[in-house]
Amino acid sequence: MKKRKPNDLVLQTVTKVVSFLIILFSIRMFFAGHYEPGGGFIGALMTSAALVLLLLAYDAKTLSTILPIDYKIITAIGLVFAIGTGVGGVLFDVPFLTHAYDKFYLPLLGEQTLHSALIFDLGVYLGVIGVTLTIIKTIGESE
Amino acid sequence: MSLLHFAIISPFIVALFIPLFYKLFRSIHTGWFVLILPVVLFGYFISFVPLVRENQIVSETYEWMPSFGLNFIAYVDGLGLLFALLITGIGSLVVLYSIYYLDKVKEKLHNFYVYLLMFMGAMLGVVLSDNLLTMYMFWEFTSISSFLLIGYWYHRERSRYGAQKSMLITVFGGLSMLGGIVLLQIIAGTASIQGLIEQRAVISEHEFFLPAMILILLGAFTKSAQFPFHIWLPDAMEAPTPVSAYLHSATMVKAGIYLVARLSPVFAESSVWLWTVALFGITTLFWGSFNAVKQTDLKGILAFSTISQLGMIMSMLGIGAAALHSDAVSDQLFMVATIAAIFHLINHATFKGALFMMVGIVDHETGTRDIRKLGGLMTIMPITFTIAMIGSFSMAGLPPFNGFLSKEMFFTAMISVFDMNFYNLNSIGVLFPIVAWVGSIFTFVYSMILVFKTFMGPLQEEKLDKKPHEAPFGMLISPIILISLVVVIGFFPNILTYNIIEPAVASILPTILEPGDRIISKITFWHGPTLELFMTIAVVIIGVLLYRLWPKWKGIYAIFSEKWTFNRLYDHGVISMERGAYSLTSSYMTGSIRSYLVYIFLFMIIALGGTMWMENAFTVDTSENAPIRIYEVFVIAAMLVATVITIMAKSRLTAVISLGVVGYLVSLLFVLFQAPDLALTQLVVETVSTALFLVVFYHLPPMQRHEKTIGFKLTNAIIAGLVGLMTALIGISASSTKLFSSISQYHIDNVYTEGAGKNMVNVILVDFRGFDTLFEVCVLGIAAVGIYAMIRLRLSKGESS
Repeated sequence: MKKRKPNDLVLQTVTKVVSFLIILFSIRMFFAGHYEPGGGFIGALMTSAALVLLLLAYDAKTLSTILPIDYKIITAIGLVFAIGTGVGGVLFDVPFLTHAYDKFYLPLLGEQTLHSALIFDLGVYLGVIGVTLTIIKTIGESE
Repeated sequence: MSLLHFAIISPFIVALFIPLFYKLFRSIHTGWFVLILPVVLFGYFISFVPLVRENQIVSETYEWMPSFGLNFIAYVDGLGLLFALLITGIGSLVVLYSIYYLDKVKEKLHNFYVYLLMFMGAMLGVVLSDNLLTMYMFWEFTSISSFLLIGYWYHRERSRYGAQKSMLITVFGGLSMLGGIVLLQIIAGTASIQGLIEQRAVISEHEFFLPAMILILLGAFTKSAQFPFHIWLPDAMEAPTPVSAYLHSATMVKAGIYLVARLSPVFAESSVWLWTVALFGITTLFWGSFNAVKQTDLKGILAFSTISQLGMIMSMLGIGAAALHSDAVSDQLFMVATIAAIFHLINHATFKGALFMMVGIVDHETGTRDIRKLGGLMTIMPITFTIAMIGSFSMAGLPPFNGFLSKEMFFTAMISVFDMNFYNLNSIGVLFPIVAWVGSIFTFVYSMILVFKTFMGPLQEEKLDKKPHEAPFGMLISPIILISLVVVIGFFPNILTYNIIEPAVASILPTILEPGDRIISKITFWHGPTLELFMTIAVVIIGVLLYRLWPKWKGIYAIFSEKWTFNRLYDHGVISMERGAYSLTSSYMTGSIRSYLVYIFLFMIIALGGTMWMENAFTVDTSENAPIRIYEVFVIAAMLVATVITIMAKSRLTAVISLGVVGYLVSLLFVLFQAPDLALTQLVVETVSTALFLVVFYHLPPMQRHEKTIGFKLTNAIIAGLVGLMTALIGISASSTKLFSSISQYHIDNVYTEGAGKNMVNVILVDFRGFDTLFEVCVLGIAAVGIYAMIRLRLSKGESS
């Protein structure tokens, strides 16, 4: 007898709404990290949670259709960002991983402080997303 | 690097080219190329005789490791020169003999001569080095090359056994000796022998004197096959006969003698030296000669005979140390022992070398060395018989050969203990001449067995593998030269005394010589009707009787059954050490991770608990503790319940879930202790890990899915309890002892001004200590790649390795 696909209409519909909320929340967490609780690590775990929710509601195939990404490469890119921040400091003749910040006038947002630690945190963010999803997808797809 | 240094290492250099000669000139016996070197070296060392005779010393320094004070000092004095002449002289004869002994087609000659040259160079290095560490290096070279030579016919089980045994025993001694050398160096600040002799007063006062002496004597005794380390020498007889003649009678076994003689001036101040060396020597003399009588293999007889004669030389060196206690050179009485030792050393090298070569000839021409099969060879092999007779008679101490002279001097030396009124020598020391005399009787008996059982009596041709005939002339040259030396030294001993023996004795007893003094030794055949002469006559009479009545009294050897020999002790020692090590290892290396964890935790408890106990480190100080709030009590209580459930849980699912409960409660604690970042992270990570636990749990193979509580094991419970107690005690003590204030004030002050942030945790993570974070991301990345690789990369069994 052919296995019938369960009808997850409620779950899938809720997911469509909720996962965007989670992602927005995680991005907020990521950007707020320097001033409030949050940061790259927890933000990345949140984003992963949103993607995992998609994975649960739909399946691995759907997720790779929506986001055709190899998460191992994401991890690598994250590491490159993190290390690049450090190397950047060296180029300006200061020790490895010395951060710099300054105030900039940005369109729409007005005057804002930009900090090179953000790029480092972005590296952490991408790295952790890559790691989490690599692990979950690998285990999920294994027989 | 002087010519002398070059002479010492030249055998090593020539050894490099031997395989080339062997490959290029297959039609010529490789030994001919080798022969040139020892002959040239012998000539070179002869040229030192006139110098050394005038008590001049040649010393050349080559800086090897100057920063360690380790220089290769080549040092030629009477003793070193005597040995160098023995090594090169007998070396030449042995190489010549081996050319006829070893077949150039059947044997691997390149191996043989490379090993032999290595040995020759090593021996030269031992006797001509002034630095003890350099000497040690050469010493081990002799052990290694001897090992290779004994195992030359490596396809024979007995050869390998003998090689391994000699290696184990001599290297054991060599390493002990290294310990002794290091101790001497610590005491005196130098490893140079001459430097040590200068500081002998300091050394004899030092607390390391006795350990250093014992360790060095261990080295000397093992190398020179002294009781009870003699057991390797009979098994070393599996080597080709030229090797036995060279290494195991004339040179290597005398390295220990050399060492004792060389270091006599350093140690002989002490009575322990005299007693130890003399006692071990005399015991070896007796035990070797006693055992030689029962051997049936010709080489076996010669091996035990060598042991016995080495014991004799050793005991004379021991007694000779007494000379250092009588100040006058004119007092010849105590010095006679040392002179006799040197004289017998030379004599032994000549006749024992000849006898080994004789045995090699008999073996070569009849196919056996068993005296029960041999007999009646006198008319067939007249020259070999003459060699055997002269050699044996000299060994037995009969006139007019050189053995007679040295045996007489040996008795004189032993009798001289009556005149020694120190160290109790004139009371217990009476044993020395008696044991020496008994040993000489046995020496006489086995010497007679050696020559008469082999050459007299009926010829048993049916038992021999080959039809016996006289050896080729080339094989006879070397033993004839050696045996002529036996006779010549017997008749004209004073050629040697003036040129060789006096300078050698002068270097053994340097401290009693005033500048310009000479040691005068006169060896004469007839010294009047003294006690020594009557002892010799008694030796001959009793020896002849014992030889005649040999079948009647050989029963006494049955008392010393094979069960109680040192060989058996050695064999059992080796086997039980292997078994012991095996069973020890298999008793604790169980292969179960559980027991290793038990060891690790036990060690942790003992190390930490012991330290706490001994340092009396447990302190409680509650003054800085924060007040306990009601929420915390509840959370901790809930955690305790969850923990107990985790341990007691009947099913795995319960354990996983209660572990999750613990995790969430920890995150609640973080909330209570105002760590929002930690709380968030802990919450998410706990969720993920619980999910992973469930995945693993779900995938357990169905066969082993028995839902069972973990068994209760008392040891585990005790260890777990103790570990918990230990960490709690340490935690309490650590928080009670605050040695300095925290550095967090800096972070609080600078988080905004330097880091441009207000979340201090995050600023520390990405800015103050970003380096750690970088590598934590790396750790995560590695974990992910590892999981990916483990799950995806499944090689089939054929590909896996």
